[in-house]
Amino acid sequence: MALLQVNDIHVYYGSIHAVKGVSFEVNQGEVVTLIGANGAGKSTVLNTISGLLHPRTGSVVFEDKDLKGVQPHKVVEHGLAQVPEGRRIFLQMSVEENLEMGAFTQPGSTVEPGIADVYERFPRLKERRKQIAGTLSGGEQQMLAMGRALMSKPKLLMLDEPSMGLAPILVEQIFDIIKELHAAGTTILLVEQNAQAALAVADRAYVMETGKITLSGTGAELMASDEVQKAYLGG
Amino acid sequence: MSFLNNVITGISLGSIYAIIALGYTMVYGIAKMLNFAHGDVIMVGAYVCFFATGSFGLHPVAGVLLAMVVCTILGTVIEGLAYKPLRQAPSLAVLITAIGVSWFLQNSAQLLWGAAPKVFTPVVSGGLSIFGGQLNISYVTILTVVSCLVIMVLLSAFIGKGKMGKAMRACSEDKGAAQLMGINVNSTISMTFAIGSALAAIAGVLMCSAYPTLMPTTGSLPGIKAFTAAVFGGIGSVPGAFVGGLLLGIIEIFAKAYISTDLSDAIVFLALIIVLLVKPSGLLGKYVPEKV
Ligand SMILES: Nc1ncnc2c1ncn2[C@@H]1O[C@H](COP(=O)(O)OP(=O)(O)OP(=O)(O)O)[C@@H](O)[C@H]1O
Ligand SMILES: [Mg+2]
Repeated sequence: MALLQVNDIHVYYGSIHAVKGVSFEVNQGEVVTLIGANGAGKSTVLNTISGLLHPRTGSVVFEDKDLKGVQPHKVVEHGLAQVPEGRRIFLQMSVEENLEMGAFTQPGSTVEPGIADVYERFPRLKERRKQIAGTLSGGEQQMLAMGRALMSKPKLLMLDEPSMGLAPILVEQIFDIIKELHAAGTTILLVEQNAQAALAVADRAYVMETGKITLSGTGAELMASDEVQKAYLGG
Repeated sequence: MSFLNNVITGISLGSIYAIIALGYTMVYGIAKMLNFAHGDVIMVGAYVCFFATGSFGLHPVAGVLLAMVVCTILGTVIEGLAYKPLRQAPSLAVLITAIGVSWFLQNSAQLLWGAAPKVFTPVVSGGLSIFGGQLNISYVTILTVVSCLVIMVLLSAFIGKGKMGKAMRACSEDKGAAQLMGINVNSTISMTFAIGSALAAIAGVLMCSAYPTLMPTTGSLPGIKAFTAAVFGGIGSVPGAFVGGLLLGIIEIFAKAYISTDLSDAIVFLALIIVLLVKPSGLLGKYVPEKV
């Protein structure tokens, strides 16, 4: 049984039909990537899984539990964390306060050790623990957003375009972190426009186009496929 | 001595504005709306205390506590019934609703308690007389200033260090991201209204102790002035409400004493306009740029 199962979801913004029957699954321990161009509906899918949006039909099943009607703040308690597009850290709060917010659903006694774990993974954040998050560089903000999501000890970590707007060297760093998290056993659903880098780290991948999944396969298969080469890898 | 007297009166009035302004600024910070009914919650708090101590003979402390309980419930009910359904609505619709709630409270008060002014009995009486009687400070004044300081300290600690206080700040910045952290945005907003309304009850009792005329419209002008104080200090900022409230009280009393009683309100609003021209976000309002 898959950890996460998305079954034929249709999601609308008013009358705009943004996601048109998407199905996929993520198994325990996998890195699965969802790639596609601007406006394909990738963020809409993640926000539907997080409960911020509701599918008109179809279902999201996590660990055999249908998340229908589960409020977004409860979804976190089920073990799903999302690093949203554009990071959306709390810019006026300190680095450490951002991490504390990530642990909002966790018992008080686990917050300190959780923060220590994040600092171990992201030493830069430790140096800047008292700094206001809005004054961090873009790369540091992305690390904070990822650290903040890890604070809830998620069973599934969803990342929405973590490399967006970052310099190549930082993009590389972010993907290294994804590999490390994968090696440590974290299950990851990665949304990316950077198909090259995403396919390289992914066990499996899905390609989305205008609200539908048009291709799927292992990372290596998609990397080699003509369609992907043409549309996303400039090959 | 009259100068010193004016300073003290100004600080005392300013403390009342500051306590009221906290309610405006916290609610604005999190719900991004102007709760124009806030001033009328003050009036309800004063009436509750008036009847509790006058008609039922409760101790003033019990009267204040009862007023706080009633206002807390009132504030959360108003939020749940009137504002919550409008969370996605345009801000103009919310503003009009808030004005409607304000009228509803004023008219209900008139229906229940009549339009005739009641004479409020101060919760404490007497005062200090120093410098051979040249300077008189009433205990109400002292109580008001001390209450304001205590409230500021406690509230700052709660918002700065408390888990729910931090959640309030997170919600005020980004509700979607706060939800992704597992924060229940609706109950956080409710809590903010509850705190603001409990403070409104305290402000109502203190205000009517200093200016003992109580009628259904008692809350409206102080409400608007406290709102001005909140904007003055930087809407959304808790220290801003404190500073804005105090300054506004002092400016008002000085304008009354040295310029003109009739023009004092005009001068207060002139000061607001000048501050906003120089610093559009208010004295302590801050703007943090977003980095990419
Ligand atoms: N709040 C909204 N209201 C109306 N339409 C929206 C809204 N958000 C997204 N859409 C539309 O839904 C479609 C899918 O958007 P979505 O943000 O999911 O795309 P995406 O694949 O994440 O794109 P990107 O890579 O640019 O982030 C787009 O056509 C977009 O215009
Ligand atoms: Mg997107």
